[in-house]
Amino acid sequence: MALYTLHVNGATQTVDVDPSTPMLWVLRDHLNLVGTKYGCGIAQCGACTIHLSGVAVRSCQLPISAVGSSKVLTIEGLSEHGDHPVQVAWIKQDVPQCGYCQAGQIMTATALLNQNPNPSDQEIESAMAGNLCRCGTYIRIKKAVKEAAENL
Amino acid sequence: MSKHKVDQGRRFFIKSSLLAGGGMMLAFPWLESCNFSPEQVKAMPKEWFEINGYLKIGENGLITIMSPNPEIGQNVKTSMPMLIAEELNCDWNDVIVEQAPLNSNKFFHQVAGGSTSISAAWTPLRKAGATARKMLITAAATALEVPAEELNAELGIIHHQASGRKLGFGDVASAAALLEVPEEVNLKPVNEFKIIGTSRKNVDSKKIVTGASLFGIDYKEEGMLYAGVIHPPAFGLKIKSFDASRALALSGIEAVFQFENYREGQAKGAFDIKAHQTQIAVVGRSTWEVFQAKKLVEVAYEEAGEVVNKMSMWGGRIAETKWPAALESTADHKKSMDQAAARAQVVRQDGNPDAQFSEADQVLERTYYAPYLAHNTLEPLNFFAEVTDEFARFVGPIQLPEILETALADRFELPKEKVEIMMTRIGGGFGRKLYGHFMLEAGVISKTVGKPVKLVYTREDDMTAGTYRPSYQVTYRAAIKDNKATAIHVIAGGIPESPLAADRFPAGAFDHYKAESWTVDSNITTGAFRAPRSNFIAGAEQSFLDELAEQIGKDPIEYRLELLERARTNPVGERNDYDAERYAGVLRLVKEKSAWDTPKPGVHRGVAAYFCHRSYVANVVDVVMENGRAVVDKVYAAIDCGVVINPDAATNLAEGGSVDGIGHALYSQLTFSQGKPDQDNFDAYRLIRHNEAPRDVEVHFVPSDVDPTGMGEPPFPPVMGALANALYKAEGRRLYKQPFTGSQA
Repeated sequence: MALYTLHVNGATQTVDVDPSTPMLWVLRDHLNLVGTKYGCGIAQCGACTIHLSGVAVRSCQLPISAVGSSKVLTIEGLSEHGDHPVQVAWIKQDVPQCGYCQAGQIMTATALLNQNPNPSDQEIESAMAGNLCRCGTYIRIKKAVKEAAENL
Repeated sequence: MSKHKVDQGRRFFIKSSLLAGGGMMLAFPWLESCNFSPEQVKAMPKEWFEINGYLKIGENGLITIMSPNPEIGQNVKTSMPMLIAEELNCDWNDVIVEQAPLNSNKFFHQVAGGSTSISAAWTPLRKAGATARKMLITAAATALEVPAEELNAELGIIHHQASGRKLGFGDVASAAALLEVPEEVNLKPVNEFKIIGTSRKNVDSKKIVTGASLFGIDYKEEGMLYAGVIHPPAFGLKIKSFDASRALALSGIEAVFQFENYREGQAKGAFDIKAHQTQIAVVGRSTWEVFQAKKLVEVAYEEAGEVVNKMSMWGGRIAETKWPAALESTADHKKSMDQAAARAQVVRQDGNPDAQFSEADQVLERTYYAPYLAHNTLEPLNFFAEVTDEFARFVGPIQLPEILETALADRFELPKEKVEIMMTRIGGGFGRKLYGHFMLEAGVISKTVGKPVKLVYTREDDMTAGTYRPSYQVTYRAAIKDNKATAIHVIAGGIPESPLAADRFPAGAFDHYKAESWTVDSNITTGAFRAPRSNFIAGAEQSFLDELAEQIGKDPIEYRLELLERARTNPVGERNDYDAERYAGVLRLVKEKSAWDTPKPGVHRGVAAYFCHRSYVANVVDVVMENGRAVVDKVYAAIDCGVVINPDAATNLAEGGSVDGIGHALYSQLTFSQGKPDQDNFDAYRLIRHNEAPRDVEVHFVPSDVDPTGMGEPPFPPVMGALANALYKAEGRRLYKQPFTGSQA
């Protein structure tokens, strides 16, 4: 066990965990930020996507010992009132079915738009290819990303 | 308006009572389905009614509607309250929706399965709204001193036209709560609907996009421990011994022990059984510590031998089922299937098909195959449980809480009243979370450690736990004489169940028809998977009809319409369980919307249609070749599911069903070597991804005032056939074996 000081969603948090603990479980079990989801544990489904210094990463493969002073952003910190343009577009397009993968989808989409404010269909499909949705909401996700791009 | 009588023998179920804050609570009985006699009802304590299924109206006019059924992504948490709100004549913006807990006394059919939520709720939930509206109007009539007939309610306001006076629902809720329940209610005709048939956003959207705690896996309580289970890695193995010393040495680990899913002598149920019933529990203070400790438990396994299960059947009958002693492999399954098909049993025969086949100019015979599939709900199996000698409390994702309540009461030897189940939003069901063995497991673990626990399966646990979509095979044969198909012969089976639907199309369209069925026993457990059986047989049948139409030189849509016309005007046999006119309707609609008669250069098209869960769906799939690769450019779906409650949400389901169907047909399979699943996570098991999905899905509904039918499952099966038929046009080879991207042996 070791003490870590983290910068999560603009706040400083201290946790005492094993250095190998992935950020996914630090967030979910220790910081009570359950929006980041467990889906596979091997960086294949994207449900656990967060931003580390603005870059989308799979938190299930990110040990807390590797975070250092980097800023961590989770779905809960994306906006104060749930009104980030990507969140607004998701609601407007009524994207979710079961909804389980959507926080990860939104975090990947937001990181994409931060880097590429006007992505083509193909760029969206390829950037989002790491995020699985068993309900098959991919078509609406694509529409929502495009709509968000217009409003960013 | 149609009159709907409120059964006076059961009127006590509609109970109104004043809430502390002066609001009104109406408790609804789901009149169609109550199991209680009036005598029993009268004997119930008064307080019982106050926690009944309900609709709450506050002083400020805000309305809380309970959504009774589990939400698995089929959007019932929005669409079921819409049924109540429609008849209540409230403003949808004033509605707050809450998930109801399991309560079989107050709610009816709390099931997410068989695409039945809306059809079963259609009349009872609208009656719930209509009854409340009538009581509110009666209260307003007293307050305004006018006859109730002069009042009408719109958007939560009760108007008196003549005087221009009005009262809000909140103003009269307290008074309405004291009124007698009306004996009769009027339900609106379809053309007066104002909420039903209009698109309303998912009521949980905001919570979903902000990452609020919503799913079972998110649920926590103070003092709760985390738990995982270890089951054998292969079907046909059992635990021999284990050494937990290394696991117990890890920080945060509280206990490691072997346990039984069932108590001694307990009869098992179809919805609580798991392939591996003796398991090892690992309990600790965090999920990660538990997951790590699981890897350190050293377990020795041995062959399980034949397993005999004492099963509790419908109606209380006890039967024995046997799982054979074997370590099965996919290569052996293929041989077993062929052997079993040779011993198939005739399920239906019309005319004299054997004679037609012997007289035929030509026989077209094709065999189709599909592998096992894992459900792979993105939310892995999990449940919260707190079980003591006195009570059992569960929170989590379960599609069939009512059946599990019985199993849990039996397991923990508690009366059902002491078993409490709260359903959370479910991160994907697809049938997997009908089978609640994980609730038994969480309960046993909690009781053993004497603390509330949250059981979480790893993805690997989830994918190797069993309860898969069965593996199927079907052979279709057509006798062709003078360029006409004169007889159809279908021989269908699977491990361990047959996908045959002998009375569905094309039964009824051929004078000579034979349907045969076979099965193969296995110790690999299976269960319902989105559109069970249809999810294979639809694609196979529709691929075969396509090839048959081609063989006899007919347009595939025209040929299907021709057969359906025969089935409509002069059906063969009496047990046909489809409506040929509605079937033809979706084909005509998809033909029109896809502009089927106007070929597009470079676009290769396939068509299919199927009927299941009481709904009709036809698809046209457009495939284009890009850089030598076949790409699904567009899917058209035409759907007849009766009245559509929430069109945009239904469209979403049809889009998703198309993506899901195409994905499974192209990419997904679970194979076995010596009883062990060869795939246990998404690196090896393929699910369709964004860049592989169809670029667009266009959905059309047949306008209808028929009572609603299934919507969650029907869009899934036929698209697989339309895809195969389009890929044939694009690439020149017929596809008989799923997944299509695998080898086509």
